[in-house]
Amino acid sequence: MYRYDEFDQQAVDERVAQFRGQVGRRLKGELTEDQFKPLRLMNGLYLQLHAYMLRVAIPYGTLSPRQMRMLAHVARKYDKGYGHFTTRQNIQYNWPRLVDTPDILADLATVEMHGIQTSGNCIRNVTSDPFSGVAAGEVEDPRPWCEIIRQWSSFHPEFSYLPRKFKIAVTGSEHDRAAIKLHDIGIRVVRNAAGETGFEFWIGGGMGRTPIIAKKIRDFVPKADLLDYATACLRVYNELGRRDNIYKARIKILVHEMGLEKYSALVDEEFARSQGTVKLPDAEIARIQAYFAPPAYETLPATSTAFEARRFEDKGFRTFVRTNVHAHKVPGYAIVSVSLKAPGVAPGDASADQMDAVADIAERYSLDELRVTHEQNLVLPNVKLDDLYTVWKQLSAAGLGSANIGLISDIICCPGLDYCDLANARSIPIADELQQRFADLERQYAIGSLKIKMSGCINACGHHHVGHIGILGVDKHGKELYQLQLGGSGAEDASIGQITGAGFPPERIVGAVETVIETYLSLRHGDAETFLDCYRRVGLAPFKAALYEAR
Amino acid sequence: MKLVKNASAVADDWTHVADDDELPEGKAVVVSLARFRADRDKLVGRNAPLGLRLKSNEAPSSVAEDLGRIALVALEFPIFRDGRGYSHAVQLRQRFGFDGEIRAVGDVLWDQIPHMIRCGIDGFEVGDDFPLAAFEEARTVFTRHYQPDVTGQPTILELRHG
Repeated sequence: MYRYDEFDQQAVDERVAQFRGQVGRRLKGELTEDQFKPLRLMNGLYLQLHAYMLRVAIPYGTLSPRQMRMLAHVARKYDKGYGHFTTRQNIQYNWPRLVDTPDILADLATVEMHGIQTSGNCIRNVTSDPFSGVAAGEVEDPRPWCEIIRQWSSFHPEFSYLPRKFKIAVTGSEHDRAAIKLHDIGIRVVRNAAGETGFEFWIGGGMGRTPIIAKKIRDFVPKADLLDYATACLRVYNELGRRDNIYKARIKILVHEMGLEKYSALVDEEFARSQGTVKLPDAEIARIQAYFAPPAYETLPATSTAFEARRFEDKGFRTFVRTNVHAHKVPGYAIVSVSLKAPGVAPGDASADQMDAVADIAERYSLDELRVTHEQNLVLPNVKLDDLYTVWKQLSAAGLGSANIGLISDIICCPGLDYCDLANARSIPIADELQQRFADLERQYAIGSLKIKMSGCINACGHHHVGHIGILGVDKHGKELYQLQLGGSGAEDASIGQITGAGFPPERIVGAVETVIETYLSLRHGDAETFLDCYRRVGLAPFKAALYEAR
Repeated sequence: MKLVKNASAVADDWTHVADDDELPEGKAVVVSLARFRADRDKLVGRNAPLGLRLKSNEAPSSVAEDLGRIALVALEFPIFRDGRGYSHAVQLRQRFGFDGEIRAVGDVLWDQIPHMIRCGIDGFEVGDDFPLAAFEEARTVFTRHYQPDVTGQPTILELRHG
């Protein structure tokens, strides 16, 4: 993992001092709420329905046990004892007091964490593949590049007042677990024929009210040019992106309206002029990469008899392994997903005690490392097969043993109208009802791989556009209504879901999802055909018929 | 209004001239791009410094060939959220090598000043009650920076590798 040096620490400490001054001026009335807003937002502080909300960055989703314990401490000391892991590898606290927020950020700074640029019209917290560095078949660990982008984008003087927020995601794998095609800039680490590392750039993807899949703008940006090329992309956007309408201000609209060819030509011109400005010396790349050197793995056999025996004996463990355990690049190790989708708990929520428990487990059994995922779960990236059973037992004891990763109950869900100022409809109660309706694990297995994603408003924080089944809460004449979308994907085969038709009231939406599931089960070519594959084969029509014709 | 340069309030030698006003004899004037385009020859032929006021949607590249005749560019910030002026300032300094004054006019907030300075803005027209402390703080709030900027100070990356 990256560790701050004196410069990184100083920058974050100075930011805390600056923010303390801003809060002081606000509390004394020297700043109006309007003037304070952009300042607090750039430190992750929102004003929500009931209270302030503080969003803390977990850059590219990598976290040490020490940092996780600090997140638990913040939850206990300044909040109501829990936190909410978001779809952008952040954690949100829903109940901090304004007067405490400088102290919270000061506490976080002691473990090299911050809320910098987790909101505002700036370059946001850079996100990545939660399996970075441990996934089999990865071209290269993308996290050093994420860290380089984190530093370059922090307090960027030119790009802090962009037309709209700007999200960058980086993956090092062919299999996209970072949804790079749904980002303003998506970057895939690639190697050219000469074996040199470079970057495939995708531009103008995003969700919100106008979902657009990113377009590939460059096949190969050499590593020395990474930041200059990104600068050129942003400079053209900052100048030409629309500022007359907040809903048309994202770069996806600029690229869409202007056309990729024209936008790309402007970027090329700017890049040709400014290439060489942002120097990224090889020594600096090497310095940062050194922090991400693989941990001290033991040399182990590829299989573990203890693990196999436990798997044979214990059905609960077998179930957990089936869904939550993934192949690791190092023999004898596994990647373990920790589900934050237990029944009755808002998706992505974890208590302070759970955070401490998972920190302890990571320290003892995962080589001191944790990840958070955009699907609102946690990951223990380095667990020995020999330790898997113990890890499962300990997770289960902490209420974190749900064996539902990738299944219908592993729902992505925004906070919705229970917390959020922007929401039109509740999402947490619907997620809860869905989990209850499909509580039977055998049934979940029979249904197979299925991603339900739900947003309580058009802003799409719950990624409903790319859910295999997407649910969007809207407000129709003062009543909550839920639209259903089918066939979306945020992976390398990215697609935007199609709306089935008229929305459903809260009491009927779960039934509608069940109808979709029953229809899929009746249409699929055997167990191996997933919902998404089946949908892509048969299209919307049979689902539409089942949903609406029986009315 | 007051003009602030180098964290001090200073006398302003420039006069903003509206599009339909007469040009004051022998005085340094700042005119809009529209006025500049309409009266270009007369304006560059005057025996007094010429300043140009650009709206946030008017890019410096549109007057690139005339920048050598211009001693001041005033960049308008119609609202603090409109950040086009930052890119325009960077372009004036880096792409066009403009070495006259770049002045921020309009809606400038305390906490934006450090960024503006790093982008090459060196004059600020602010309200009379705008605290000078903001400009003092801008010098010290961040000791080092990750990105190169027009001030030419070494970046954290350069400092790390001597």
